[in-house]
Amino acid sequence: MIRIAQLSCGSEYSGIQQEIERAAQTVGAKIVYPEVSLDDILNVENTFGVSVASGDLNLAMARAVRIVQNPDLADAVIVMTCFRCAEAAIIRSEIRKYIHQHSKIPVLSYSFTERTTAETLLTRMEALVTTVKFRGLLARERQKGLTAGIDSGSTTTKSVVMRDNEVIGTGWVPTNEVLKSAEDALEAALKTAGVAKEDISAIGVTGYGRFLVGKHINAKLIQEEITVNSKGAVFLADAQKGPATVIDIGGMDNKAISVQDGIPGGFTMGGICAGASGRFLELTAKRLGVDITELGKLALKGDYRNVAMNSYCIVFGTQSLVNSLALGCKPEDVAMAACHSVAEQVYEQQLQEVEVKEPVIMVGGTSLIEGLPKAMEELLHVKVRVPKYAQYIGAVGAALLVSGLLED
Amino acid sequence: MAKVIVYPPTSMILSDLVERMGHKALVVPQAVRNLVTANEIDSPPLNVTPEEPKKGLRYAAVDVPSGVRGRMSLIGPIIEEAEAAIIVGDPGWLTGCAGCSRTNELVRLLIRTKGIPVLDLSYPTNDPEARAFVQKIKTFLEGLK
Repeated sequence: MIRIAQLSCGSEYSGIQQEIERAAQTVGAKIVYPEVSLDDILNVENTFGVSVASGDLNLAMARAVRIVQNPDLADAVIVMTCFRCAEAAIIRSEIRKYIHQHSKIPVLSYSFTERTTAETLLTRMEALVTTVKFRGLLARERQKGLTAGIDSGSTTTKSVVMRDNEVIGTGWVPTNEVLKSAEDALEAALKTAGVAKEDISAIGVTGYGRFLVGKHINAKLIQEEITVNSKGAVFLADAQKGPATVIDIGGMDNKAISVQDGIPGGFTMGGICAGASGRFLELTAKRLGVDITELGKLALKGDYRNVAMNSYCIVFGTQSLVNSLALGCKPEDVAMAACHSVAEQVYEQQLQEVEVKEPVIMVGGTSLIEGLPKAMEELLHVKVRVPKYAQYIGAVGAALLVSGLLED
Repeated sequence: MAKVIVYPPTSMILSDLVERMGHKALVVPQAVRNLVTANEIDSPPLNVTPEEPKKGLRYAAVDVPSGVRGRMSLIGPIIEEAEAAIIVGDPGWLTGCAGCSRTNELVRLLIRTKGIPVLDLSYPTNDPEARAFVQKIKTFLEGLK
């Protein structure tokens, strides 16, 4: 059983401890609490570098030190503190960095409220466990044989067919009925690849609908999107060796993943509001009267500085959108402002939680909205790579990983 | 007999002194005991459920972290019940701790603004100070009806 060390402050008083343990149990892991002595806590300033006023945060830091000194105590670490606590936010980030720098143990950090449920934590925990349990599989660099991948996303369902390390067919449909959409996407991919379903050796499934779809089509691999997408990203961007940062701005949530040699080390997943997701760009395109596929090109002609826009909340973001148009702002400036605002939300809310190391790879359908990678480049001051098939990243990752299971 | 809240609110040393002087000590362990014995254990280890941070809204606004509000759902009612208080400054981890500094600050504020008799003390660092510490507590408690 995978042991996840919980370093936290406030979870038991927020009434969510049981949810954390339930999520861990669901993915075949158990939560452990490394033992520390009073001296370890009193000396945390010397060992960790700082002590703070809150006792539970000092305890969390002392536990981090203990794990680094004895990596056998845990297979993975989850650092959790209360949402909106400044003291905890600083320490949470420092603990994540400390473990990342001093050990090879994967770390997940998360800020919770009393509304956090096991379901909220499930995908994150699953990814954490996968990075430990299937390290060998995740280290796979080449796809072999004839396999397919399906990414059952919240907005669209994507599928690819791969043969001997090449994508030979793709399918992309809006997600309506989850099963029907998956079947349609796979059928489209098979058609463009010119192969029959019976010839496919194995199918891997990822995305929100993965359990339902995976069971229905008898998939050999059913995997959360964090590990699968990061694998697909480094494969397509030819960055399987060394560090990389994967940014996936999805239709409903966002992922920022710090990758080393193709294996996720730390990641964040979330988004306070759909204002920081592809949904806001969809809404912007609709309001501007352009197709979503044209929004990026339009944005490239604009300047975000000409429009005041903040999509921290999708409602307020929409309000600024409507206001700016009413003030006579140019559509191209509004389009770029929307891209910049989404990129800024991801930068502020998520990229602070992972080590941003080059190459920075943007994936998912939103990466094809050209204004978005450009806005991210401006914020990060680094070149952003958008690989070919970026929108099929989950499906590619699934097809690649499932081929590893065939050999085993 | 007076109901006396102590700070840190988990201090067993202070609560023992209060009880020895014939008063009722109001401390967090008692509030936790009430929680874990009064209901079925839905949410181990403390049986604090997501309802507790909502109850904590009585003492802190919704933008205060859930961990503070959850703690306040336990400590707030005993502050309301208190008729006197003993506050020890800089007590160190061994004396007792709510685990969260923001909670500690709010607890001290609510005690001080309640308008009850408060004994403020510094944590003793040597034997003579410790003797004076106990003596001050004794005198304070004897003065309570």
